[in-house]
This record gives sequence, C-alpha cells and structure tokens, in this order.
Amino acid sequence: MNEKKGADMTTARKDVETPAAEPPVEPPSGDTDAASSEKTARRRPTGRLEAMALPLTWLAVIVVFSIVETDTFFTSANAASILASQAVLVVVTLGLIVPLIAGDFDLSIGAVVGMSALIIAILNVQMGWNIWAAILVALIAGIVVGLINGALTVLLGIDSLIVTLGMSTLLAGVALWISGANTITGVDQTLIDIVISYRLFGIPLEFYYAIIFALILWYVFAFTPLGQRLLVVGRNREVARLSGMRVSTLRIGALVTSAFVAALGGVLIAGTSGSAGPTTGLDLLLPAFAAAFLGSTTIKPGRFNPWGTVIAVYFLVTGITGLQLLGLQSFVQNIFYGGALILAVSFSQIIRRRRMKRGI
Amino acid sequence: MTNPTTPLVRIRGLTKIFGGQRALDGVDLTIMPGEVHGLLGENGSGKSTLIKVLSGFHVPDEGTLEVAGRDVPLPLLPGQHRSLGFEFVHQDLGLVPSLSVTENLMLGEIAASRKAVYSWRAARERAAKMFARYDVDIDPDAAVERIRPVDRAMLAIVRAVESIRDGAAASGEAGANMLVLDEPTVFLPKQEVGQLFSLVKRITSDGSSVLFVSHDLDEVREITDRVTVLRDGRTSGSAVTGETTGRELVTMIIGRELAEHQQNDGPAAAAVGRDVVLSVRGLSHGPLQDVSFDLHEGEVLGFAGLVGSGYEEVVYSLFGASPGATGTISAGGRTVDITNLTPRRAMSLGMALVPGDRKNSGSVGTLSLGENMNLTVLDRYFRGWRLRHGKMRDNVRQLIGEFDVRPAIPDLEYGSLSGGNQQKALMAKWQQIHPKVLLLHEPTQGVDVGARQQIFDMIRGSTVTSATICASSEYEQLETICDRVGIFVRGRLVTFVTGEDITKARIADLCHGQASAPVPAPAP
Repeated sequence: MNEKKGADMTTARKDVETPAAEPPVEPPSGDTDAASSEKTARRRPTGRLEAMALPLTWLAVIVVFSIVETDTFFTSANAASILASQAVLVVVTLGLIVPLIAGDFDLSIGAVVGMSALIIAILNVQMGWNIWAAILVALIAGIVVGLINGALTVLLGIDSLIVTLGMSTLLAGVALWISGANTITGVDQTLIDIVISYRLFGIPLEFYYAIIFALILWYVFAFTPLGQRLLVVGRNREVARLSGMRVSTLRIGALVTSAFVAALGGVLIAGTSGSAGPTTGLDLLLPAFAAAFLGSTTIKPGRFNPWGTVIAVYFLVTGITGLQLLGLQSFVQNIFYGGALILAVSFSQIIRRRRMKRGI
Repeated sequence: MTNPTTPLVRIRGLTKIFGGQRALDGVDLTIMPGEVHGLLGENGSGKSTLIKVLSGFHVPDEGTLEVAGRDVPLPLLPGQHRSLGFEFVHQDLGLVPSLSVTENLMLGEIAASRKAVYSWRAARERAAKMFARYDVDIDPDAAVERIRPVDRAMLAIVRAVESIRDGAAASGEAGANMLVLDEPTVFLPKQEVGQLFSLVKRITSDGSSVLFVSHDLDEVREITDRVTVLRDGRTSGSAVTGETTGRELVTMIIGRELAEHQQNDGPAAAAVGRDVVLSVRGLSHGPLQDVSFDLHEGEVLGFAGLVGSGYEEVVYSLFGASPGATGTISAGGRTVDITNLTPRRAMSLGMALVPGDRKNSGSVGTLSLGENMNLTVLDRYFRGWRLRHGKMRDNVRQLIGEFDVRPAIPDLEYGSLSGGNQQKALMAKWQQIHPKVLLLHEPTQGVDVGARQQIFDMIRGSTVTSATICASSEYEQLETICDRVGIFVRGRLVTFVTGEDITKARIADLCHGQASAPVPAPAP
C-alpha cells in the first residue's frame, strides 16, 4: 500500500519541485488514496450500469407510454412512424459524431442538409434535371462545404466552432436567396419511392438506410485503424502527431465526412417530403447535438459512438412523440431537445470528473 | 530604512516533506538588505520548494522566518508575501503577450480597481515615468509579444518592484523589499543579459534585496554578492561570491571534490569501428546553433546541459516534432533536410521519440493502456478488413509482461497507472516498431526508483537493435547508461565525454562551462 502511494505521488508530478503534484494545504484526510483504489476495483459493474442506463431508460419510457396511451402510442403504425420519421436525424447525427470524435465541432450540418435538399429541388423541379444528376450535384456541394470548413479550421487554425457557425449562417442566407423564400415542391417520385414509399416489414426504407449507415460507422470506429486514429486525434493532437499520424488530413477528412453525410441527409429530406424550402434542415442542428452528446453517455460511456447515437435519437423522439400524444403542444420538442443537450453534457462532464479523480 | 546589519530575511531549519521525501531538510538562508543573493542547486535540490514556501504556496513542516528582525509565523498565507514586501518573477514572467506594455504593467491594478472608468492616459504616463525611473527604454504602447525578450523580462521585473512599493505604501511597512528572480535569464540572448543586470543593480541601490535563482554559474558570479547552494534539500554552503571560484561552486552544487580529469579526445572505445546509424549536420533551432554529430550502431549517446542550453531540443528537432529547425540528417543511406522533417517521415527513417512530457505529448490518459501501446502498430493488426482485437490484446499482454507494466490489465485507463508503469508502457509502444534510433527526453522523470532501474535496463538492452539518444538533466542517469555524453553550452555542442570519464561530477563541471574546450565538428 505504501509503495502504491509513493508511486501515485510520482504519477502526477513532473519533478520534485512541481507545485501541482502536492495536495494543497492538506487537512488530515489520508484516506483519499484508499477510496480511489476502491473505486477502481468497483469500476467494472458501475461502468456496465452506466453503459446501459440510457437504453434502460428508453425501455422504461416506452413501457410507461404504452400503458398510459395503449391505443395511440402502443401501435405498430406509431412505432413505424417513430423509426422512419427521424431517420434523417439519425443519419445527420451519425455524420456529426465523426468530427466530434476527431475533436472538432460542425455547426453547419443543418444548413448543409437544407442546401442539399434545395439544390435537388431546384435542379430537379425548376430546371428539369434528372433526379440522379441533381443528387450528385447536391452531394458534391456537401463535399465542397466540408473542404472549406476543414481548410479554414485546420490550415488556418481557426476554431471549428466559429468557422462552421459562420458557414451555417452563410448557407442559410444563400438558401433564402436562391429559393426566393418559397418552398419548392414536386421532386421526382422515384426518390420519394425509394425513401419512404417502399417499405420493409412495414417500415419505410429510410429507416434501413440509417441503420446501414450506423453499421458502416460502427465498422470504421471499432474495426479499422482509421477509427482508432480519429479517436486519438480528438483526445490529443500532439500525441497523434508524435505517433506519426496525419493529423491535418484526418481532421479535414472528418469535417468533409460530416458535411457529405449532411448532404445525404438532404437527399433523404427531399425524398421524404418531396420538397425543400429556405429553412429546411435548420431545425436538425440542435437535436443532432443533443443526441450526439446523449449518445456519448451510453454503450461506451465517455466516447461518441454510433449505437449510442442511434439509441439517443430514438430515446428523444420516443419521449417527444409520447408527450405530444398526451396532448402537449409542439413547444415540448424544443424543451425536450434543449434539456437533453444540457443534461447529456452535464453527465459526460460528471463522468469525466470522476475519471480524473480516480487518478490521472 | 532597514538597519543594514539586520538580515532582511532569515530562514532557519526550513523543512518540507512530500510523501515521506524531504524536499527541504533544515535549510538556512540569510539575505542582507541591499544585496543580490544567488540561490544555486541542481534540479530537485529544493530551490523551487523554498521559493514556494516564501510565496505562501507550500506549507512547511518545520522552520522559522524572520523578516527585518521580526518573527513571522509560518506558513505564510496566500498573498501575505505582498505585505511582507516579497515579490516574485518566474521564468514564464506572467505577462499577457497580446496586451500592450502598459496594460500588462497595470494588470494587477485593473483586477483590483473598483473604478468604473479607467484612465489609460494616466496609466500610460505612469508607465513612462516608471520606466524612466528605472532607466528602462520600453515603448508603453507596444504589444508585449513584439518587444525584445529582455524587455519582457525587465517589464516583469519593474512591475514586480512597483507592486512591492505599492504594497509597502499600503501597509506602511516600507523597507523590507525582496524581489525573487526565478531563472530570469534562461531564454535571453547572452548579449542582452547585461541590460537586465543593470536593472537588478539599480533596484538594489535603494536597499532592496534580490534573490537570484539560476543555473548559470557565470551569471551568478557576475551579478550576486553572496550565494547559498542547496543540495538534496539541505544548505550545502553559503559564500561571498567574490571569494569563491566557479569550481568551488560546482563542488558545492554536486557535493564532492572534483577529481581532475584527463581530457579524452578520442572517440568512444565502444563506438570505434562501428557503423554510423545517424549523422546530424548543422542543426540549428531556437537556442541550438550548428550542432553536428554522428551516432554509432549500438551506442547510447547522452545529451546534457543547463536549462536554456538547448540540449533537450535536439531530440525533438531530429524527430521533426518542433517545426523551424534547419540542418540535415542522414540515416539508412538517405539524407533529409530537417526543415521538411515530420514525425511521420522521421519514423520512416527509423526513429522513435519518447517525449519528456508524458502527460501531454506522450500518451492519452483517458484511453486504455492497450490503446496507447498499439498506436504505432495499428496497420499490422488490420487483416482481412478488420482490426484483430484479440491479437492486439495478446500483443499488449505480451509487451506488458516483457516490459513489466503493472497492473497487467490492457483495458485499464492509462492515466491511472503510476509514472513508472506509464513510462515502461511508452517504451514498449515504441520498441515494437524496432526503431534504429530511439530518442529519449528525461526518460525517468516522475518515475519511482524501481522502475527507473528497469528503464535503464531497457535503454541498455535496446542497443541490440538500435542506437539511443537520451537528453537528460540527471547526470547520474547519464553516468549509468551512456557510452558517450555530449555537452551543450548556450546552444552549442561543445564537447563529448566518453567511457570512464562519464561521471556526474565531470558532466556537471562541463555543463557549467568549467574547463571546456570546443571539439572540432565531425567532417561533413
């Protein structure tokens, strides 16, 4: 025990004379060390509970609403509606966690969704382009936005929060301009068919696209060196650099990915509603952040992860749908998403603090 | 005015224990009014701890303090040093680079001011007056990041002295003024140090004292009236500077009589006839000027020098870790311009770096032990389109066993390991890629005694597959592990010590600029 204590002392200090190492003006406690090692020993079971807390809460929410509103909530139609209606949010949030894992924010995702949907609507409806060509242009536009975000953030060293906030507002302005403040309807039926009309087990295809995308991200983050590298870049760029990683390329790549995926989200929105307007997609930004941070408290607590993200989105949507079916107005949506974001971030902060205390 | 025969500050029997170790063990220090008093000692000798007791940061376990003849109870409260008339200027100076000189000067005042409106005009005039009083020529409107390093240091000093005056005026206890300068010259060009010293002399002319903490013997001999030397937390000696030779000071610092050494100019016996694995020519970066040397197969080459000599910068420059270096390196038949070197390219040349700042540059504390160790070999385990997690874990387990990392749990959070085990894990991380050249900076910093020996064995053991460069401030460690030690003085690689000549005393002697003779650089 004594030896362990000595070792702990040396962990934190850089040399004998560094101030941070010593406990500040110590009241006689002495047992902090014992407490922390006990915590380490207890860690595994608590960790598992932590990891499963959100899925269990989701289950509880489903059960409660099913009992309270058996006729409206507990129906296959409602289940299908919940799963499919928020597929766009799932996709966009999954795209968002890529830069979040790599340590950058992307606040432009909502605007990119709108830009992409609007490009499809304008090219397809107003200019009579083939729908696939319109989609291609929308996706390329997404990549270009991502490249601009990445270049400004990484090459010029501007905070990604600021760059993407500016980009978001800029794109929203452009959307208002090119749409003439009108909603453009009448997107090619082909797109609508493959997004929501065709169903599998009663659920529109859109839902399966989201799940396939989650599988892809899960594969990348769990089973490729790329995923591992992005994680390290996000945690400590200096360590990543000194381990031989291409930090700039990885960060730009992450921001391009989130913008490209947001453009894909725009394709899904155009296919879901058959239309696009000047504010399409903008309302996705906050729910996406709420779900991403809430998702990081589950499955693999402390890390943004694809399955946590999917569960978080559906947890939020289930709650909102249930409350709305109870007769609450649509304001409940904003309260729920905003509250969830704050709570989720608070939880992850608490988890992090506890980890720190455990002895880093 | 303080009575000139009463010590301004008298510390007796000061003791501070950290986790069973005596950082200070009955230290005595007496500072007379109006003198510049040097405080010398190696890293870890207790200098910083002593200063932090005076600033009220550390609570000492024993000891007494008298200020101008009156007992002052210890510990000092945070901030109490101001009313006693102590002020501190640390190496980092505590300036805000993007603000103007005037703004920096008034920082403390602005923080404390209750005035709603602040007159910058008045502030600028006061600044100009202050500078005039100390005969310092600094533009009050310039941004601090744009002025010369020496001006920054002088600005910090003037600010501190003014703060003492204001404190004294407020408490009505004028007279007991002591300015503590903690390594103020480390980052200064040699030719500018003189200006700083004239400022220090002006400050002492009114009876104020200066406690001057430094590694640099020449500077200490130039500026101080008396010196106190700490060694292993004890006062190893106190002397009048003018009556003491540099060699005597070194003896007090490292604690034994220096045996007269024969200068051995030949190359290391062990390295003779072996292949050169790395040639460095004309490396310049920051303090480093035109550094050239060869590293031989199987050799452990140490680098030593005082703080600010640049000895540790070499390993980072060779790894492409700190942009801005110039020069060339040749390894494995290739010659590369250091300007274009990145860590990635350095790794492809067969180099590996274990940095000194383990926490911020070496590892990710919030990831697991295994994730940290496998960072360098991820591609090796990506087979059949997936990372082989099972094999990666087996690999980590094997390395953990081989390098004796405890506890041997791959999934454990890296940050929860002790310093020694963290360092062993990092050695393992880099050994896996079989580097031709292993670059180390302070490899045993914050490492407990047992692990320290194991790391020494790893460094010695790794000479089978590679050569090692180890930059360290611990001369004893260099004595233990090195075949050859290069000595840096003010950015230049001035000499090498080899074989039997490598002793702690000899290294210290040379680092302090005693008895050094420049060696000719190897032919390009």
